[in-house]
Amino acid sequence: MYLKSMLQQFFQLLVFIVLFVINFSCKKDSKESEIKDTPTANNSGSLNLSIEHFFDTLPFVLNDQYVLDNGNKISISMYKYYISNVSLTAEDGSSFNETESYHLINAEQSSSCLFNIAKVPFKKYTSISFTIGVDSTRNTSGAQSGALDPALGMFWTWNTGYIMAKLEGISQQSSAPGNSVAFHIGGFKGNFNALKQVTIPFTNKMINVTSSSIPTLILKNNIKEWFINPTSLDLSFTINVTMVNSTSKSIADNYADMFSFKTIQN
Amino acid sequence: MKFYYIIFVLILASCSVDPKIKPKLPSNDIKEIIPEGWPQPVYRFENNLLTQEGFELGRELFYEELLSTNNSISCGSCHQIFSAFANTDHRFSHGVNDLLGNRNAPGLFNMNWNTSFMWDGGVNHIETQPLAPIANPIEMNENLNNIVAKLSANNKYKQLFKNAFGTEEINSQLILKAFAQFQGVLYSYNSKFDQYKRNEVSLSNEELAGYNVFVLKCSNYHREPLFTDHDFKNNGLPVDLTINDFGREKITGNANDKFKFKTPSLRNIALTAPYMHDGRFNTLDQVLNHYSSGITNIINLDPILQNGFTLSVTEKNNLKAFLLTLTDYKFIQDERFKDPN
Repeated sequence: MYLKSMLQQFFQLLVFIVLFVINFSCKKDSKESEIKDTPTANNSGSLNLSIEHFFDTLPFVLNDQYVLDNGNKISISMYKYYISNVSLTAEDGSSFNETESYHLINAEQSSSCLFNIAKVPFKKYTSISFTIGVDSTRNTSGAQSGALDPALGMFWTWNTGYIMAKLEGISQQSSAPGNSVAFHIGGFKGNFNALKQVTIPFTNKMINVTSSSIPTLILKNNIKEWFINPTSLDLSFTINVTMVNSTSKSIADNYADMFSFKTIQN
Repeated sequence: MKFYYIIFVLILASCSVDPKIKPKLPSNDIKEIIPEGWPQPVYRFENNLLTQEGFELGRELFYEELLSTNNSISCGSCHQIFSAFANTDHRFSHGVNDLLGNRNAPGLFNMNWNTSFMWDGGVNHIETQPLAPIANPIEMNENLNNIVAKLSANNKYKQLFKNAFGTEEINSQLILKAFAQFQGVLYSYNSKFDQYKRNEVSLSNEELAGYNVFVLKCSNYHREPLFTDHDFKNNGLPVDLTINDFGREKITGNANDKFKFKTPSLRNIALTAPYMHDGRFNTLDQVLNHYSSGITNIINLDPILQNGFTLSVTEKNNLKAFLLTLTDYKFIQDERFKDPN
């Protein structure tokens, strides 16, 4: 009996010491990481990424009507998509990967079309890469927050998965109520995977991230690419695409090349 | 020497239980359980530290009618503890505004082992599972922005979120993590059969004979210890043309998945009537009669059921006796899981 209580107390002591040590070591850790952070911060700056929307050569305006090569007419009332896992390749061949890199672009909110990428090491960069959509990891990891908050309306609840890109509008060719057209493109695995990896070189230019300037990279997004190349969409036939299937896949294949380099403001 | 040592230990021990210091440690009452002999769960509360407070918040949310569009139904409306969180007597769930669903509400337990959720497996994670019934227009028909607004305007929830997550800033992620803490802790592992496996009780001859039938004819898919393989099968139910539910095919787009539905666990089966994805059978006898004489050869019928799957009258009686040993009365009487209000 006495031995048992001794043992219990010894165990409590042990637990206490372990907790104390863990507590102490945690504090020490955080101090160390602060110190590590400081010089890193001094070696890095940031850049702005700006996305300008076009319909072919025309600046894109929500609800304006555009004409496709096949004569179909479309006016777009909603245009949203994810850009994730942004990385920059430097002239020395090294690359920088943005952490927690998920951005929801919404044509209706100009603020979402211009965002800052921080903690970029001071270097000259020659190209940018990113994914259109949300990688499979975040599609299978439960409840997310920030740009990936399912409350933002870019998440399928009945068949788990992020809507990578969403385009809604009106076309005279559509036989749906209100002549509506809705493309909700998703799917992160299998034959109809809609994830698109994009790499855009800055032709002969470079982004120069320094301590004295925050350069801006301007990319063009040509929305017409949704409707053409390689598959030309007939809006009397392709009207409502809100599931993962061969049609959603072909639309993702279409828009895979919708981004291009415009300019850099160093 | 010994005396001083004990005093020293006592002082330290008293420090470590200082009531003013309330570290967020997993409580003794609410904790992860992996019953002996069970596989590792799929969900281990990663990035979602299981606490008493988180569990309590999840329980409040589970029984919260504010989660439906007109504040009329909660998750607990169709998942009732006395039927192992299935919906007794209701073939289909009753949604908001008297809308009728088209699938039967399954029992909820041992969800941490699920590789997918819903009859068609459309949901891939326990944390995002609640979004399916919440958003479904024929169930709760509500969106997350409204729910966040309703809960944020409620002082009780401000306090509960603060207790659970240290913040009054309510967002969808915290709501869903709290849900997972409640739903993940709905462990059911204390049926008579579990006690038999632990050598605590014995089974009758009839129950043992039924267990043998089960092992021979059912255990391929209703695999122990969860009593499901978490896979999707077509068990030969004639297609209900008024519903035309294609099941798993709707999720995968694969024609080979047409009319396939998730293998349900047999645990607590005596409590979870009506049966099948569309609740078409009211009794276990009807279920067993389906397997003995009702299997219809439709597209994608499971191979095991294709060539004269039979159950004799004796086999059926014994099997039924065995199935009744899978009821976990401790689970359905667990005060921790009941509506706290």
